[in-house]
Amino acid sequence: MLTLQFVPYTEIRELSSLGRIRKLLNLAKENKVVLLEGRLSKEEEAELIKTTMEEINASFRGIELAVVNPNESQDDVFTKFKATLASTLLGNKQGFTIIGPATVIKNIKRDPNKLQLLMKDAGSRSRRSSKKRRR
Amino acid sequence: MKVKFMDFINNLFKSIFKSRKTVKLGIYGPVNAGKTTLANRICKDWIGEELGTVSRIPHETREIQIKEKVKIKNNSKELDFNIIDTPGIATKIDYEDFMKFKLSEKEAKTRAKEATKGVIEAIKWLENVDAVLVVLDGTQNPYDQVNITIIGNLAARDIPVLIIANKIDLKKAKLKRIQNAFPQYKTVGISAEKGKNMEDFYEALFELIK
Repeated sequence: MLTLQFVPYTEIRELSSLGRIRKLLNLAKENKVVLLEGRLSKEEEAELIKTTMEEINASFRGIELAVVNPNESQDDVFTKFKATLASTLLGNKQGFTIIGPATVIKNIKRDPNKLQLLMKDAGSRSRRSSKKRRR
Repeated sequence: MKVKFMDFINNLFKSIFKSRKTVKLGIYGPVNAGKTTLANRICKDWIGEELGTVSRIPHETREIQIKEKVKIKNNSKELDFNIIDTPGIATKIDYEDFMKFKLSEKEAKTRAKEATKGVIEAIKWLENVDAVLVVLDGTQNPYDQVNITIIGNLAARDIPVLIIANKIDLKKAKLKRIQNAFPQYKTVGISAEKGKNMEDFYEALFELIK
């Protein structure tokens, strides 16, 4: 069974960068797909990748990650100014982030207009977990 | 008066013979985009030797590789570069993927372990570069989060970026798609393997450094 967990921004707002990364990564390691309201900073995203790499082992193969920021692709100056102002007032609360374990999500395909989560089929996931149990 | 004259002479000598700054040029990008192929092409063009090995198996480059003092000329300008080829950045590494390339389980696990360390090193090295070539596979979707995270981190650090759409000799390559994905950066389409469009690449590189 697939679990999708929604994490409101208020749950991470007061956390340190390390705390935010830990929280999200722990959920992914529990085989949950996380839908985070808002996003991490760019530096935190890189740190998340680094921490993920440090923790890869036989059972945890990494994560799939997608950050959607509706204002990122805006070109005109006024919209950019509005986005910067909103960012200053709200922090990184705009947009959303999807993080899931690579053993559950095969791929996140995105283009400017859509986001597709391609899941691993249940058969291959259960084969993999029974292999893990055998080890 | 004598002291001032000596200072003047010293400063004159310093300005004439001062060592030119070497540009630390990082080559970043996702796995199998052709980073080492580009590093090899640059090194072969200017010093006649290659930097690293390339392979169709992902994560062939698992350590930072540096070629120092690569002198590159463009029109009347000349610059010294330290070419820093980095392992491909990924959010997941599954040793079973390497076994599809006929590696034994032991070899695959070793490669996976080394690859994770390589990604960590590559991210750490973001602190140490003056300018970056972000190499993307021109046949792949550029909206991958790894690409966005790399470019976002470079922007946050104010590091100049040139995007390289590699493999444009292939039918599936779409240069426009990459240009549209990152409109705020200059994108040059090349084939590092075939040496296609390298003149435009060197031109854009010197524009980036100026």
